[in-house]
Amino acid sequence: MNQHLISLPILLPMFSALVLLLSGKASDRTHRRLSIAFTTLLVIVTLLLLQQAASGELTFYALGNWQAPFGIVLMLDRLSALMLGLTAVLALGCVIFASAGDDVRGSNFHGLFQLQLMGLNGAFLTGDIFNLFVFFEITLLASYALLMHGGGKERVGAGLHYVILNVAGSALFLIALGVLYGATGTLNMADMGRRVATMSGDQAALVTAGALLLIVVFSLKAALLPLYFWLPRTYSSAPAPVAALFAIMTKLGLYAILRVHSLIFADSDAESAIQGWLWWSGLATILLAAIGVLAARDLRPLVAYLVLISVGTLLAAASLGTTAATTALLYYLPHTTLICGVLFLIAELIGQQRGKAGTRLVRARRLHQRYLLGGLFLAAAVGVVGLPPLAGSLAKLLLMQAAEGSARLWLWPLLLLAGLSALIAMSRAGSVFFWASYKGEVASGKVTRPQLVGVIWLLASAPLLVVFAGPISHYAQATAEQLAMPQVVIQQLLSDEPTRDLVQSRQPLHDETQGDTL
Amino acid sequence: MEALFSLVVGVLTASGIYLLLRGRTFPVIVGLALLGYAVNLFLFSTGGLNTHAAAVIGDSITPTDPLPQALVLTAIVIGFAMTAFVVILAIRARGDLGSDHVDGQQGEDGDAPR
Repeated sequence: MNQHLISLPILLPMFSALVLLLSGKASDRTHRRLSIAFTTLLVIVTLLLLQQAASGELTFYALGNWQAPFGIVLMLDRLSALMLGLTAVLALGCVIFASAGDDVRGSNFHGLFQLQLMGLNGAFLTGDIFNLFVFFEITLLASYALLMHGGGKERVGAGLHYVILNVAGSALFLIALGVLYGATGTLNMADMGRRVATMSGDQAALVTAGALLLIVVFSLKAALLPLYFWLPRTYSSAPAPVAALFAIMTKLGLYAILRVHSLIFADSDAESAIQGWLWWSGLATILLAAIGVLAARDLRPLVAYLVLISVGTLLAAASLGTTAATTALLYYLPHTTLICGVLFLIAELIGQQRGKAGTRLVRARRLHQRYLLGGLFLAAAVGVVGLPPLAGSLAKLLLMQAAEGSARLWLWPLLLLAGLSALIAMSRAGSVFFWASYKGEVASGKVTRPQLVGVIWLLASAPLLVVFAGPISHYAQATAEQLAMPQVVIQQLLSDEPTRDLVQSRQPLHDETQGDTL
Repeated sequence: MEALFSLVVGVLTASGIYLLLRGRTFPVIVGLALLGYAVNLFLFSTGGLNTHAAAVIGDSITPTDPLPQALVLTAIVIGFAMTAFVVILAIRARGDLGSDHVDGQQGEDGDAPR
């Protein structure tokens, strides 16, 4: 059982998606219960995997028992385990929140949601670059449908842009894969890394071209500067629980960049080009997003721009390439993902009590539950801006310490400036929502219990990340160290005992699966 | 053959990108389809272009690389699904937004009245 555990984050959502999609006739209540139960199970599975990976052990799982580098392998290291855990925790909050009524505005919400989880988990686990493409596509297809959930002009318009951009991005992804396959003759990431390290001349130039194309594609997913213009509109028009889940979608791009950068291109000519590109566009993203935050006249785009600030910060940190910077990045990652997610949910709660004004930053009727919402908003705002009691401040401190030399000169002012503009924008939004209101009757739209549970589940992460800052930053540091040593992965996967062990212990399965494949 | 092949891929890509930058959804979708074809052909060529070579190792003396063919198959399936989805979405957008323009705005030569 234990050795198959690694495939569960993919199989479990696939199974639950099938169950949920095929039981279309069942009541909404049943769907919600099933969906929450499955997602809770997923959280447990990913926590087990997190525990397994925390020891520093690398786990490989050869699908169909075709050995690497010829077959597709799943690979679990600290980074993938962290991303899996983060996704599952975020997803549980979103599913609970959606169960308050957002899920019945269109059809098949829960099934699609599980499919998206399957795509995300698969992308985090796979060790094969073409398989990464396939899981990206699964994620994207589910996200298209989820984005359009409930319909409406705004969503269809934003969805059209999002879909066309991503289809074009997929074409670019395939071209990059073609170039890399042509140059290296393999699709397994570890094997590719091994071959890239020894290349020179024309082949190396081809690899550099392929690498940069890949980075462009991943930057599109991560929403880096020249490629982020789709994000604010898409995220602000998506249904709240979906927008909250989308907070992890940009991190999928970041994950892919970290993965290919550390595993494949760490020793190649492409490395310096990638780092330069990431550094400058990361910084420019921070700057423009900070302006966007100040300029937003609605809470949803404001939060979308806050997502962009975090993307810029994370990618600038990723480009520094030092262990300390990666540690800071990995500590910041869960915090910012969960906080941005919860902000979308809180925006929805605020919007539903303000009648026609929605989340626009204008005077409107008084909120029905202004103390509750004000408290939640305050906590989330403190978290997202990065003020002291919560984890954002620690993460930024770590990051600023990690920047050295001339990097410091650029990163410090921009990071602090972005924090300041986020602070100004959030205070302005809070004052408008909670103080600048008309006297008189209050709008309806009470916060329901599932909504509150979902929000608190996600919001609770912020203090927990501070309380357990020690172990978590140790984990982040260990992850960064593991990422810095791709040789270990290459050695263990391609020429060492562990994979062979797996073959022997799974001999009976071998014949079956081979029969199926052929 | 290499020259012809690369020329075809290049022309397809160029036309695809040109159409992709148009303002109406229909040319954009055709552009995406052309780009998809170009990508599939390109992927197909990544294993090297061999004539009279089967993709099965063992039966022919000079087998060709079977992997790109598997990749192309996957890419075709995914591309097909995506194109179908975009077409439906474009029709939906036409209905909801009252315009065939990608920005949902009234085009220069007049769309259906809103």
